[in-house]
Amino acid sequence: MAGPDLSGLQGKPLPQSSALRRFLSSAQASVVMYLIIMGLIIYGAYVGAQNMGYNWQWHRVPQYLYSLTDDGFQPGELLLGLAATVQLSVTAFALALVLGLLIALLRLSGLAIGTPVAIGFLELVRNIPLLVLLYLFYYVLGPIFHMNRYWASILTLAVFHAALISEIFRAGINAVPKGQWEAAKSVGMSTAQTYRYIVLPQSIRFMLPPMTGEAVHLIKSSAIVSVIAVVELTTVGRNIISETFMSFEIWFIVAAIYMAVTLILSVGVSYLERRYTVDQ
Amino acid sequence: MSQPAPIIEVAHLDKFYGDFHALKDINLTVHQGEKMVICGPSGSGKSTLIRCFNGLEWHNSGTLVVDGTEVHEDAKEMGRLRQEVGMVFQQFNLFPHLTVLENLTIGPTKVRKQSAKQAEETARNYLERVHIPDQADKYPSQLSGGQQQRVAIARSLCMESRVLLFDEPTSALDPEMINEVLDVMVELARSGMTMVVVTHEMGFARKVADTMVFMEAGEIVEISPPEQFFTNPSSERCRMFLDQILEH
Repeated sequence: MAGPDLSGLQGKPLPQSSALRRFLSSAQASVVMYLIIMGLIIYGAYVGAQNMGYNWQWHRVPQYLYSLTDDGFQPGELLLGLAATVQLSVTAFALALVLGLLIALLRLSGLAIGTPVAIGFLELVRNIPLLVLLYLFYYVLGPIFHMNRYWASILTLAVFHAALISEIFRAGINAVPKGQWEAAKSVGMSTAQTYRYIVLPQSIRFMLPPMTGEAVHLIKSSAIVSVIAVVELTTVGRNIISETFMSFEIWFIVAAIYMAVTLILSVGVSYLERRYTVDQ
Repeated sequence: MSQPAPIIEVAHLDKFYGDFHALKDINLTVHQGEKMVICGPSGSGKSTLIRCFNGLEWHNSGTLVVDGTEVHEDAKEMGRLRQEVGMVFQQFNLFPHLTVLENLTIGPTKVRKQSAKQAEETARNYLERVHIPDQADKYPSQLSGGQQQRVAIARSLCMESRVLLFDEPTSALDPEMINEVLDVMVELARSGMTMVVVTHEMGFARKVADTMVFMEAGEIVEISPPEQFFTNPSSERCRMFLDQILEH
């Protein structure tokens, strides 16, 4: 980037930063360096796989993504798995939002019972590994409450993420200044009306970025339900590999699909976020 | 002429923050149509007192009756009571995510259950009265401090409350904006509104007050009509305070 034209000015120009520093912070240099590093990693993986005699069969991968028949576009197993992952994640996230909001409100309610219950739940969930929580829901609570593996996984994900989501709600609600509560009260609003019309709409702005992070986190942790054989993207990937032995190709593809979904989500939300800030 | 009905009655009211005795044995009555101005050094409990009137703070003992309802923390009628007692804050406290018009109509539509059309009509009418009819569709952050405070006054007026409380309404304003807000308040006073105003603006007090109250350290030191208050206050402390703020 060219500096502004200072020729007409009286003052002495500021000292320039060193040539090396300017080169390293230029856009072109970073793109080149990024490509070199990525190239080295990919080349290393390729050579390593060649040395162990891995038989790459990329041409067999597309049929697991989609096929074109006389009836038109047919989604392959991997896309069906993705659909299952999305369905699982959306259901779990919706449940987690409701549960998280309830816990946050319980904690903020000022009721004597609210804080210990909320903190107890938070600490319980935070200090149990997700995998163990899943086993608890599937092998212990499942038989007791006649829950199938699908609902056991949804509840595991919802409960696990509700704990973190309740903290996001709490921080977002606390970020709204006290004066807003007082102004709402002074026009006669009830607590419920104040939350609905005044506090929650304002805290969305504070909550959107961490909520997106949580949604991305949930989509990724949903892969863990493959250990109890719930059909979703990771499970489908594993099944394909056990039939075809194309472990490198399929795991690369599965990882790329997860990445594509979460990236689209992040970009979409940051667009939303920008719109919210312009509004005010 | 018969005495107008009392709308706020305070008797032997005390308030504590932990061990701190914030309000000590407060006794006063505000009648309908009365303009009361409360002044005193900062930390004397003026704001705390008027915040008790609409239940933003709770007193610990004594009685406080507002519009015929005894005010206390568990009172079922607090919601209804707050509709009758409007408040204008030092920091305006407008709702930043709503337009000026929405700020004015949200109370009447959601709390008083008015129709949107009726609420908007009232709102535009009051915006006219506070001299900013053309800012209705802006957001609060796009207005100057003086305009924001006038919107806040209009917001309270839209609730058609019976009393308006002002908690240092001009203290957060730049000097050149103070008068536009005070002018609106003077007009409001002339229209017969019952007002309790915590302020240091003695010019405003002289113009509109029916009763002056001077507080210090949580106590009411002096309560008198303005003629007596400004010329011949009975307490030495009040005289000193007035000398200090009227000096320049």
